[in-house]
Amino acid sequence: MASIKLNGQRVSVDAAPDTPLLWVIRDHLNLTGTKFGCGVASCGACTILVDGEPMRSCQFRLEDAEGVEISTIEGQEDSAFKNVQAAWRELDVVQCGYCQSGQVMAAAALIRSNPKPTDEDIDEALNGNLCRCGTYQRIRAAVHLAAEKMEA
Amino acid sequence: MKNLFAPKNSAQPQPTRRQFILSAAAGVLTVSLAPSIVSGAAKAASPYAADFLEVAADGTITVIAKHFEMGQGTTTGLATIVAEELGADWNNVMVRWAPADVKRYQNIFWGAQGTGGSSAMANSYMQLRQAGAAARYAFLEAASKRLGASSAELVAEDSMVKHKPSGKSISFGDLTTDAAGVKVPEQLPLKDSKSFKLFGKHIARQDSDAKTDGSAIFAQDVKLPGMLKAVIARSPYFGGTLKSFDATEALKVQGVVKVIETSRGVAVLAKDTWAAMQGREMLDIQWNTSGAELRSSPEIMDAYLKVAETKGTKVRQEGNAATKLAEANDRIEATYQFPFLAHAPMEALNAVAHIHDGMCEIWAGSQFPTIEQATAAAITGLPLEKVEIHTVYAGGSFGRRATPNADYIAEAVEIAHRLGDSTPVHLVWSREDDIRGGRYRPVAVHKVSASVGADGMPEAWEHTIVTQSILKGTPFEPVLVKDGIDSTSVEGVGDTPYPIPNLDVSLHSIESKVPGLWWRSVGHTHTGYVMETMIDACAKKAGVDALDYRIKLLKGHKRHSDVLAELKAKSRWGKPLGKNKARGVAVHESFGTVVGHVVEISRDSDGYISIDHVTSAVDCGLAVNPDVIEAQVQSSVVYGLSAVMQLQITLDEGLVEQDNFPSYEPMRISQMPEVEVHIVKSSVPTPTGIGEPGVPPIGPAFVNALTNLTGETYTKLPLAEHGVDFA
Ligand code: FES
Ligand code: FES
Repeated sequence: MASIKLNGQRVSVDAAPDTPLLWVIRDHLNLTGTKFGCGVASCGACTILVDGEPMRSCQFRLEDAEGVEISTIEGQEDSAFKNVQAAWRELDVVQCGYCQSGQVMAAAALIRSNPKPTDEDIDEALNGNLCRCGTYQRIRAAVHLAAEKMEA
Repeated sequence: MKNLFAPKNSAQPQPTRRQFILSAAAGVLTVSLAPSIVSGAAKAASPYAADFLEVAADGTITVIAKHFEMGQGTTTGLATIVAEELGADWNNVMVRWAPADVKRYQNIFWGAQGTGGSSAMANSYMQLRQAGAAARYAFLEAASKRLGASSAELVAEDSMVKHKPSGKSISFGDLTTDAAGVKVPEQLPLKDSKSFKLFGKHIARQDSDAKTDGSAIFAQDVKLPGMLKAVIARSPYFGGTLKSFDATEALKVQGVVKVIETSRGVAVLAKDTWAAMQGREMLDIQWNTSGAELRSSPEIMDAYLKVAETKGTKVRQEGNAATKLAEANDRIEATYQFPFLAHAPMEALNAVAHIHDGMCEIWAGSQFPTIEQATAAAITGLPLEKVEIHTVYAGGSFGRRATPNADYIAEAVEIAHRLGDSTPVHLVWSREDDIRGGRYRPVAVHKVSASVGADGMPEAWEHTIVTQSILKGTPFEPVLVKDGIDSTSVEGVGDTPYPIPNLDVSLHSIESKVPGLWWRSVGHTHTGYVMETMIDACAKKAGVDALDYRIKLLKGHKRHSDVLAELKAKSRWGKPLGKNKARGVAVHESFGTVVGHVVEISRDSDGYISIDHVTSAVDCGLAVNPDVIEAQVQSSVVYGLSAVMQLQITLDEGLVEQDNFPSYEPMRISQMPEVEVHIVKSSVPTPTGIGEPGVPPIGPAFVNALTNLTGETYTKLPLAEHGVDFA
């Protein structure tokens, strides 16, 4: 039994120690907002926050999760996340939506560290987040809109 | 995917007989269509009434959608149709997916239930308008009784019936029970297009909320008590079969529960997905490769190229191309090579199957319910109506989820059936399974020889296509393969709108062990590229501007002409360009829609190419949701450019060389150009397709720009094969 801190709560998990957090979160803890896209750190669909930093949960093993704070899309409630979400909805960014948990997690992390990102900043911060539906143009616009909402 | 059973230009189904039945239970008004929908090939009379619309006493309006949502915006589009006709407040409208039932919910273009061929809007348009009109009629009648006003004085808007002279109004919710008693006439007047309130306006997508807080449920997210996760080790060789396996080590992996043989390979079942994948790694399997494809891609391509040297089965013949070409002193000759392409939807294939109490329940992003239901019934031995499909959001498809044999859904059902103990099974594909799993856009070779006449216009054109038939051996073969010609192999060439007096198109259909499938825009993925790069070459030969050349050639085709005129007006075509910059244009019709793009590119000092800007013009008939249309065109640009720039599946002695996104890498945000979409006011009064038609012209528009920049031609895809590097 491993014990991890997830979305502010301590939970115990019965899984192999080398299990990536992605599967711990999805299959054992039943939080399905975090998505599996590639398993090799190449798509960003599985983005979570580890001690506040965006990380690929497919690469972060259960045995390394001792003593860190993990949060998933279900646990986001700060203004950066709320504004990103509102901007995403206002501009109807989503298509199939499968990549979008990862996109909004990464976008909120960007806004927290850089309240006024340029297109280049956005491209750099989100380049690891693939969207096979090609929502990139609206993602850029929505990040700018979220930044404006933060100022308002 | 192709309009499978659709005769061309049948985008506007006209039901010839219709009867709406209104009923109410617990205050919920249900609008059903009965007993038959009749259109084109689909004349099967339905013994059942199909529910299309519900209005609850609290005012909630639920549209029942027979098409699934893979990101293309169908749920929003279908709901908009009902809301417009009914006079609904958009905030009260929601969508639920129809159950698998071909009698009630068939795609009326095919006679089978399913989504594809960019047909959802065109297909449901009349049905849903009529359902909305039936409910509106009933609400007006019911309100007229209550208010003592003639129904001619009443209007339905904002989910209310309003009597403007008196200022009185009653909400739809309050009228549901009364409305159920109204007999709806067979001939229902539809709303006049002048009074449309929602069509053509910005309205919010149905699925934005759930898809931005992680709560949207995809098949990947379905969880049932006691459910096991399963992965299958399939033959790494196309056409290979299982010889033997040893599961001893796999069974030692923590979490692995069972290993079983299936018709598709060896299935590992475990408590979580990771354990199942780890267990699969530990299997010791021998494959029988005697009947398998063991060649490498260059050999396969050489075989196609060789065949392309001879003429194939006749597709279209006008005039005498061979003679004219022999006489011409200047010919444009090109041989094009297109690779296999994987669809790589963001959510790899997966489905849940639960066989219990004499029934089989399936949860999937179900694209072909009719085939999936029938296949599950055949595997389990259950009657059709005991197979229940729960459609959930699909994380993309691009054609991949629609297969003629139910593919991954059959795998899930087979495992559950073989377990034989009512354990729910979630069958999951990894990204590697997806990239290596076949069902690719087939390899294609085109050999073209063309000449222009004294007027500069194309005069003679010989065109041989070599590719594998997607439809052969599928239920669609009888309808769409005629005289040995698979229409999806030649669409876009055989029916080209360009007037070419001497035209000779032929096809070789090649057998392949690598399974092929429709890939977003199907045959147009290669035919559009060839036609539009060749036309540019002809324009060059004629010394005419590429856009003007098309305008002249297509002047008899109103929709093409409108699109080209829009491109000329809205793009910067003809404006001076800086150094190391170029533009290209292309236009193509597919799925009843015409799309044109103008692409602007630049080359930096290190030789890297950037795609800077795309102006798109689209005629997709009635534009119901302009936002969704814009999004689909942007999406098509990304999807099409990704493939042309850098995607290909190659084989090395039968083994797929790519495995995951690092070796099959779609476009990322840093490569995304600004895409400006202009929707042309159409002469077609109903919606035509939009999910796919943006794809075919984007590759050639871009490559025409590249040719203008470098002077080179690009006949082998992806462009990485020509050493083109992207910033
Ligand atoms: S699933 Fe982790 S980055 Fe793709
Ligand atoms: S919205 Fe479908 S992958 Fe991004």
